[in-house]
Amino acid sequence: MTDHTTPEVSDTDLVARAKAGELDAFEVLTNRYAQRVYSLALRMLRQEQDAEDVTQQTFLSALESLGGFRGDASFATWLLRIATHAALKIIRKRKGLDTVSLEEATEPTEGYDTVPHPEYIADWRQSPEELVRKHETQSLLDDALGKLDEKHRLVFLLRDIEGLSVKETAGALGLSEANTKVRLLRARLQLREQLTLTLGDPYRRVAQTHPTTGQEH
Amino acid sequence: MKCAELLAMLNEYVDGTVDPAICEEFEKHMAGCNPCQVVVDNIRQTITLYKEGKPYDLPIAFRQRLHSALRQRWNETHRQKP
Repeated sequence: MTDHTTPEVSDTDLVARAKAGELDAFEVLTNRYAQRVYSLALRMLRQEQDAEDVTQQTFLSALESLGGFRGDASFATWLLRIATHAALKIIRKRKGLDTVSLEEATEPTEGYDTVPHPEYIADWRQSPEELVRKHETQSLLDDALGKLDEKHRLVFLLRDIEGLSVKETAGALGLSEANTKVRLLRARLQLREQLTLTLGDPYRRVAQTHPTTGQEH
Repeated sequence: MKCAELLAMLNEYVDGTVDPAICEEFEKHMAGCNPCQVVVDNIRQTITLYKEGKPYDLPIAFRQRLHSALRQRWNETHRQKP
């Protein structure tokens, strides 16, 4: 079909038109967000077929429950929540779990005291602007993301890549906000560590100890 | 503020949600601690890189399947309506 996606038509208008029975409007919304939903699902599940299934389920389910969309969150956030839910189902099935949330009932809130301290500390050789333009950066980013534990990766994906708030991220994943924040911190620190190994300038490496107190980082 | 305390407040600081009084302490610490300064800098750069990163391409064959599945479901659910 022709891509009618034009920036002047807002999601809100398209949703209203789709609710009023215009399939075209819903297809424009689908074209607008399918890639984003697919990317999120692929990064969560790391398996193309599963990512396609989640994407399809997300839009079918959005189509069916569009009447219930009240616009409290943005349409994008609403879609990403549906996608996350569908992806979590697959993750649970893979693990043979029937639990409602990723957060085990017995799992205590992770503390900040166990968050690993930065090891390799160095200024980067290039600015993020230069790096974004480089082709190989994206595979570096995806590799580093793939090395994260699932529970840390999911939080990072929703919060930092998709731009959901901590509260929305916690809600989508069925986590407490406190756990979401600790997981986010672990994810960010671990990614920083990974990226700095490649992007850090060995000549501008700094010691791990605080300059005046000698306290370790 | 110690390095470990700074680490625990890192999210709030880079997200700009930290309490102003703590923010001041945070910045005072960083001014005298090069490693912490570099870590905060790296973290900001890390987040920026991922935010600016490219999404995966949607496989073309899948895009077509997706649209036909949507049309089919639409016809099923909208049949009764005029």
